[in-house]
Amino acid sequence: MQQPILQVSGLTMDFGGIRALNNLDLDVNEGEIVALIGPNGAGKTTFFNCVTGIYAPTKGEVDLYHKEKNRVVSLLGMKPNQVTEQGLARTFQNIRLFSQMTVLENVMIGRHCRTKAFILGALLRDKKTMQEEDEIIQTSHEILTKIGLQRYENEIAENLPYGAQRRLEIARALATEPVLLLLDEPAAGMNPQETIELVNLIQEIASEGQSILLIEHDMKLVMSLSDRIFVMDYGKKIAQGTPEEIRNNPAVIKAYLGEEVDA
Amino acid sequence: MFTFEELKRSFLVSIWFVFLTFPIMVIRVDSIEKTVQWRWMNMVYVAIGSFILSFVFRYMMQRKEMKSEDNGDGDKKDKTGRSFIHRWLADPKYRNAILGSLLAAAIIFPHVFSTYQTSIMTTALMYVVLGLGLNIVVGLAGLLDLGYVAFYAVGAYTYALLYHFFGVGFWVALPIGGLLAALFGILLGIPVLRLRGDYLAIVTLGFGEIIRLVMENWGAFSQGPSGVSNIPRPSFFGIDMSLDTALVYTYYLMILLVIFTIFFVNRLQDSRLGRAWIALREDEIACQAMGIDKMKTKLVAFSLGAFWAGIVGVIFAAKTTFISPRSFTFIESAIILSIVVLGGMGSIIGVIFGALILILLPEYLRALSEYRMLAFGAILVCMMVFRPQGIIGSIRRTYTYQNRKKADGEVS
Ligand SMILES: Nc1ncnc2c1ncn2[C@@H]1O[C@H](COP(=O)(O)OP(=O)(O)OP(=O)(O)O)[C@@H](O)[C@H]1O
Ligand SMILES: [Mg+2]
Repeated sequence: MQQPILQVSGLTMDFGGIRALNNLDLDVNEGEIVALIGPNGAGKTTFFNCVTGIYAPTKGEVDLYHKEKNRVVSLLGMKPNQVTEQGLARTFQNIRLFSQMTVLENVMIGRHCRTKAFILGALLRDKKTMQEEDEIIQTSHEILTKIGLQRYENEIAENLPYGAQRRLEIARALATEPVLLLLDEPAAGMNPQETIELVNLIQEIASEGQSILLIEHDMKLVMSLSDRIFVMDYGKKIAQGTPEEIRNNPAVIKAYLGEEVDA
Repeated sequence: MFTFEELKRSFLVSIWFVFLTFPIMVIRVDSIEKTVQWRWMNMVYVAIGSFILSFVFRYMMQRKEMKSEDNGDGDKKDKTGRSFIHRWLADPKYRNAILGSLLAAAIIFPHVFSTYQTSIMTTALMYVVLGLGLNIVVGLAGLLDLGYVAFYAVGAYTYALLYHFFGVGFWVALPIGGLLAALFGILLGIPVLRLRGDYLAIVTLGFGEIIRLVMENWGAFSQGPSGVSNIPRPSFFGIDMSLDTALVYTYYLMILLVIFTIFFVNRLQDSRLGRAWIALREDEIACQAMGIDKMKTKLVAFSLGAFWAGIVGVIFAAKTTFISPRSFTFIESAIILSIVVLGGMGSIIGVIFGALILILLPEYLRALSEYRMLAFGAILVCMMVFRPQGIIGSIRRTYTYQNRKKADGEVS
């Protein structure tokens, strides 16, 4: 059994009296696409927020495994920017772009945690700083080309069509060189054509070895993309397994009562 | 446009204005003669003026709405929405010509104009630098700082008191004033920068007042409300200078400082750090999720802004040779903030224009200086409604890759 790159155990999050996450276990292996699903208000976004340091969980363990360094780091108690530095990048359910910056600049911000130049470098523009700056521009450009947004490069981010904005969030997260990419409802609000393009994009990214954990309501998308699925309801994990197993799981069908689970 | 409905609305507006301005415009108490003057004509002027202005205002509003409806086509600016100034500056041929002639004009200015003009210009240049400094904090990093004048005071008092107690000269005090202000920026920033928006504004406003009150009341240290006088003017290798020469010298000093500040801010905003500031302004949470250390980035912006205020503070003390707590009231902060907002947040050229307009206009329109704050308020409200990006808004730069060289848009 290989070492999972993300290992979450016993994660619990209380908001006052509300237990939004209840003793949750979850793991993602290298190169996998794992989906996290559940009805509205199940606690999926809260899970992302706890793992990425935006909320401090009440209890639990979050460990990230660096393969090349062969080292496990606990992400608990880290600030969001430190978590990203460690290799966990995410997108947001409600798009959060830097709306007045250009598309390219949005991606360049993603390179921040992998570069160093500071006040002195900015002022002197020495060789090292300029090389780094070139690297930032070049890498961001390449990522945008891969994501298929290069023709928007110099547009202001908020002028982009909706689907492109969602893709830009993915591009920006990829620029941080994540060990694991977290996507919070990447297809939300997309039309069928955009959704198909998104599925292709995610498959392409995954085929390059990127591990992905995604939250999604679109069952068709989830069933076709995921290697494994975790299902939660009221903050608890109610099922886990392959898409086949989940489709026929009575607990899942019950949780989604009234919602269709077809694929 | 001239429907009965419109006329009625304008009429109501003018009645309302007459009512509001009645106490200041109509009644005048002559405290020497102990009589009350009733200036009824003023009431008529206010009524007619506000009646017409309300028409103009609504007409502009309509135009603005029409514009936003059919935006996209029929829009003569290019896609990035840059103004003609940005396009000129993007072209190196024009840019060198413009900057060259500006520099030449700046150099001959004190030899052509009177001492009085030079003095006013020097003050305006000081506000240019203050505006550019505050622009780092407010325009780039998006931190609303209403107590900026506190750092200006720190700089001014640093020089005044260092000279008073230890006889320290101008050139030594200059960097110390800047660094001390930056240090104050960090000390204040650590607890305060956790707050956002309105809360930050209120706390910084309080801090600005605290510094002033300390200076007012700690007599043994700062000589209280009577201030510190006999501060020496900037020295030049110990050469004795006449008053006029010293002023011209200060003027050139300010020109150099302005150039240096523009260089500094331009390079900063076009760097990894500058981008991080703008990202922070746009969305804090996303910014952190991209791996940017929020506190560190904010602190750097805050203390760099304070640094410039400190530097200008030292020069201010040297120029006027006398400072007192009254030079550092909230109004100063408000003026500097107006410069940034009016000129265009995050835009260097905009801030320079803003400073020159807001400082020079009232000087030359002395008659209006009584209504200066009124005019400021009115202008700012109109700006927020009609042109929220400022006179000259900032533009985002673009990059190209073929030869890994950057394209146009050097200055913004
Ligand atoms: N900051 C917070 N304070 C208090 N309660 C919160 C907070 N954030 C989330 N919750 C609660 O936690 C529960 C889970 O919310 P969450 O946003 O994680 O759901 P979700 O599974 O992402 O739902 P959706 O599919 O609608 O996005 C909800 O009951 C919500 O009200
Ligand atoms: Mg959610």
